[in-house]
Amino acid sequence: MTDQTNFEPMVVGFTCNWCSYRAADLAGMSRIKYPPNIRLIRLMCSGRLDPTFVLKAFEGGADGVLISGCHPGECHYLEQNYKMLKRFLLLRKMLIQMGIEPDRLKLLWASAAEGARFAEEVTKMVETVRSLGPLNWSKVVDSNGGHATVIPVLAKEEVTA
Amino acid sequence: MNDNGKPKLAMYWCASCGGCEISVLNIHEHILDVDAVFDIVFFPCIADFKLQDVQGYPDGYIDVCLFNGAIRNSENEEMAHLLRKKSKILVAYGSCSYEGCIPALSNLTSKEATFQTVYIDNPTIDNPDGILPQTMTKVPEGELELPFFYNTVKSLDQVVEVDYYLPGCPPEPPQIWAVLEVVIAALTQGAPLPPKGSIVGAKDVAVCEECPREKHEKTIARFYRPYEINPDPDLCLLEQGIICMGIATRGGCGALCPQVGMGCRGCYGPLPGVEDQGAKMLSAIASVIDVGDVGDDEKLLEQKIEEVIATIPDPAGTFYRFSMAHSILQRTRISENGKGDSE
Ligand code: SF4
Ligand code: SF4
Ligand code: SF4
Ligand code: FES
Repeated sequence: MTDQTNFEPMVVGFTCNWCSYRAADLAGMSRIKYPPNIRLIRLMCSGRLDPTFVLKAFEGGADGVLISGCHPGECHYLEQNYKMLKRFLLLRKMLIQMGIEPDRLKLLWASAAEGARFAEEVTKMVETVRSLGPLNWSKVVDSNGGHATVIPVLAKEEVTA
Repeated sequence: MNDNGKPKLAMYWCASCGGCEISVLNIHEHILDVDAVFDIVFFPCIADFKLQDVQGYPDGYIDVCLFNGAIRNSENEEMAHLLRKKSKILVAYGSCSYEGCIPALSNLTSKEATFQTVYIDNPTIDNPDGILPQTMTKVPEGELELPFFYNTVKSLDQVVEVDYYLPGCPPEPPQIWAVLEVVIAALTQGAPLPPKGSIVGAKDVAVCEECPREKHEKTIARFYRPYEINPDPDLCLLEQGIICMGIATRGGCGALCPQVGMGCRGCYGPLPGVEDQGAKMLSAIASVIDVGDVGDDEKLLEQKIEEVIATIPDPAGTFYRFSMAHSILQRTRISENGKGDSE
């Protein structure tokens, strides 16, 4: 029931210090535009990404979460990005069970040189999330919480012993 | 009220299975000590007390109330508020009360779907008129009232302040007795109580620390459900591909389940300092997935990992089996047509 026309999605982006964060920086320096809807959080490596961060982002009001890291084979801490990929895929499966559409969680491999691609993917993601509408997690819990809906009264009820 | 000067004990159940009551009786001969020390003033499972009795007690009259069961409906919530008011020490007893437990798994679906299953679809149901429980029903004698059934199951501390948590589904008798001894010493000899909000009757280390199974580095190429494998009797179950929550679960039970060949289900709740047991478990499980050497091809890598993940059919229900109500997301999102988006 939310007014979709005024909806500006909020996407939290977890970036790796060595690649995607620099890609974002490069995009900025090269004056490549991408929507302001993304809030970037820098990690030292995508392997540092604790699934708890993603859950907290959604619970705290994010409409989408972007996770990005160095391309396979290019992580600065050996194979931590493989670990992140495994967590990402398992987390996505679990979030579907929680009613969160898979498109709200995106993985992006981006090297420090891929500023233009980073901007383009962020733009695409923001548009995808816009079309999905607000997630509004605090409402998900409230509206189903304590004194929620009264059980609808049925027309007729006969109880036979 | 016949006051004999003894400390007053109460135990009450909300959304629960009754196992927690039995666990108290499982402290064996110590139950005689409990009876000697305490005056039992409310304990519907074993003695005849009425709501009016509790309502008539002065505030803070009950010294210790063991509260088990989750908050699933308005009656549960009312009882939580009443017992909070009447008790000096309120203990969230058992996993249901502490963190939602099995009842809170229904936070993965909607109230409507639960009713549909319980009152309409179950094979043993004969309900041709589709009668569902109503909060208000008119009968010739007047109006009958039933509690509201909430969509979201909550833990006790999500509705009232809790003094202590005693984890476990159900808590283990030696742990229960250890906690009761501390409480008895405090009430009869003025010994100190643990700080408010403490988790009592459990350890600060993982179940793995109590587990005698042999442990090596874990690399798992596929997971097995319990019926699909006959586990080696000595080796860590998780290493064999059986999901064991021991790595993400607080110890205190003595690693009962892995000792008899079943993976730990996680009933003692998250480790100290861990906010979300499911996320912790997800992280740990994902890290041990091993797809061998498939090179750096992004698509192939993803596909191989997906194949392993497909052997975990229900991650949410598995990793949050006991802690759904306490989890960060707390419940599944129900879209406006009343269905879960995942359906
Ligand atoms: S914690 Fe376990 S044993 Fe206790 S009431 Fe809940 S389901 Fe039953
Ligand atoms: S069997 Fe389970 S509890 Fe025992 S060491 Fe392995 S993971 Fe830990
Ligand atoms: S092994 Fe795990 S599931 Fe079994 S009793 Fe201990 S904590 Fe609970
Ligand atoms: S350093 Fe970038 S993903 Fe590890």
